[in-house]
Amino acid sequence: MQTDENEKLKALANTIRKHVLNMVMHAQSSHIGASYSIVEILVTLYTNILKIDPKNPTDPYRDKFLLSKAHGSTALYAILAEVGFFPLEYLNRYYVDDSILPGHLDRESVPGIEFSMGSLGHGLSVGVGMAIANRQTKNPGRIFVLLSDGECNEGSVWEAIMLASHLKLANLTVIVDYNKIQSFGRTNEVINQEPVLDRWRAFGWDVWEVDGHNFDGLLDALRAPHTGPKVIIAHTVKGKGVSFMEDTLDWHYKSPNKEQYEQAMHELENLD
Amino acid sequence: MRTTFINTLRDLARKDERVFLITIDMGYSVLEQFREEFPDRFLNTGIAEQNAIGVAAGLALSGKIVYVYSIIPFVTMRCFEQVRLDLAYNNANVKLVGIGAGMTYGPFGASHHSIEDIAIMRSIPNMTVLCPGDPIETEQLTRQSYEIKSPVYIRLGKNGEPKIHSEETKIKLGYATQVTEGNDLILITTSNMLEKGKKWVDEWKEEGISVRLISMHTIKPFDVQAVKELIDHNIPIITLEEHNIIGGLGSAVAEVIAESGKAVSFKRIGVPDKYSHYVGSHEFQREKFGIAKKPDIKFRK
Repeated sequence: MQTDENEKLKALANTIRKHVLNMVMHAQSSHIGASYSIVEILVTLYTNILKIDPKNPTDPYRDKFLLSKAHGSTALYAILAEVGFFPLEYLNRYYVDDSILPGHLDRESVPGIEFSMGSLGHGLSVGVGMAIANRQTKNPGRIFVLLSDGECNEGSVWEAIMLASHLKLANLTVIVDYNKIQSFGRTNEVINQEPVLDRWRAFGWDVWEVDGHNFDGLLDALRAPHTGPKVIIAHTVKGKGVSFMEDTLDWHYKSPNKEQYEQAMHELENLD
Repeated sequence: MRTTFINTLRDLARKDERVFLITIDMGYSVLEQFREEFPDRFLNTGIAEQNAIGVAAGLALSGKIVYVYSIIPFVTMRCFEQVRLDLAYNNANVKLVGIGAGMTYGPFGASHHSIEDIAIMRSIPNMTVLCPGDPIETEQLTRQSYEIKSPVYIRLGKNGEPKIHSEETKIKLGYATQVTEGNDLILITTSNMLEKGKKWVDEWKEEGISVRLISMHTIKPFDVQAVKELIDHNIPIITLEEHNIIGGLGSAVAEVIAESGKAVSFKRIGVPDKYSHYVGSHEFQREKFGIAKKPDIKFRK
């Protein structure tokens, strides 16, 4: 990738993180760490991969993105606003009384939300259904589903994994946000997922492994052709971008106080 | 009822290429013809109920009209959260078709019985709940379910239920259907107890007691107005269902009576909040739960 393109994407990622910080601060909501681990993935998808038109969000031939780990909603809202699905001002209307954007996803809230979600283990099944429908009607739209690593504890995820490979759904891509921390502990201490690549491979998927914060790697993996369903295991850092939030369980839950907000914003501004 | 259902669905599928059928690995000797006629609109998702409902939602949000077929406990309760979120919260155009109302699968055991499904499904926003009692109701309600663009639950018996209504009877979704006139008692049935209700009414008739028989084939939206008018007849009302006494037809009627501000003699007949540990046929199960024979009611002459 050209250096200036890479710098542009980095700058957008930083803007997203600042939006998320402001939203979480204003609302005193949780899950900032889970939003920060997926920022580069979302930026890559929404700037370089997804064939979507914010002016025509229900185009039947569009690509569809499902954020199955819907608790990362603030990052999704921020990128949707940045690419023009709704006004940036909406980001100030998140979570609090009589606002627009809920903590988890409601497809009736704003354009660009493909499915209402919040409980884990739902998004991949829905994505499989969408991929089947598109293939049957020769619709070129592709389906992308972002799962969390902890979400892969859910049995329903593996039901969907089996059906997708059985049907050889070549229009389906999964990205796993492998930040290695889930609700109440280290992912592989709660329930070991290793060898995670071999597991997906054994279930018949094309498997890619990337640094989930590196645009070149993400782009290569997302653009790679595939004849069946593809999974990209993206190694990420929970809370990525703010030193004291990185790789901690606390910032799955906490919302910043004034000092923490100022320090976090200071760190993010220094990255600009 | 299941043969009537699948024949009706095949007819709908011939007319509308959006109609899609998912089975959760059920339907031996029932779904084969649909599969042969519409191979690209038929999917067996395997024995994986949660995934089946999510896949159905994804298809529906892509413009399909999806029917999902299985035995009642597996298409409602095994995948309940997917029904609640993927179908109801997302208001997806998916129809759940459950076979084996109540204790239809008698000797299979309580794992295959369904006595909680009506209560559960009627408590879900956006969900329509249809409980046909004979092939006439099944055929017409299946057609009307296709017109609804939100989730629907269709509770079916099994096979071989007799026609209670005449061929000309018009069944209207959301409205109670009167089967017989009567001035001594009102009997309201739902689902597969319509046949039993009709039998009781015929027996009472021989005893000189005239019973107004109502088939409440739509549990949601509930025909509140019809129940209000029945209350005004000022004769006893009995509800009859092969479902837990808690949360089903009887509860729905009781809610209307309670809010009507009027007093009326009222009795719910159903499964007495117990699982069956009895081994035996459908009718045997009904006998054990006291819903096989008509209640002994003393009528003032």
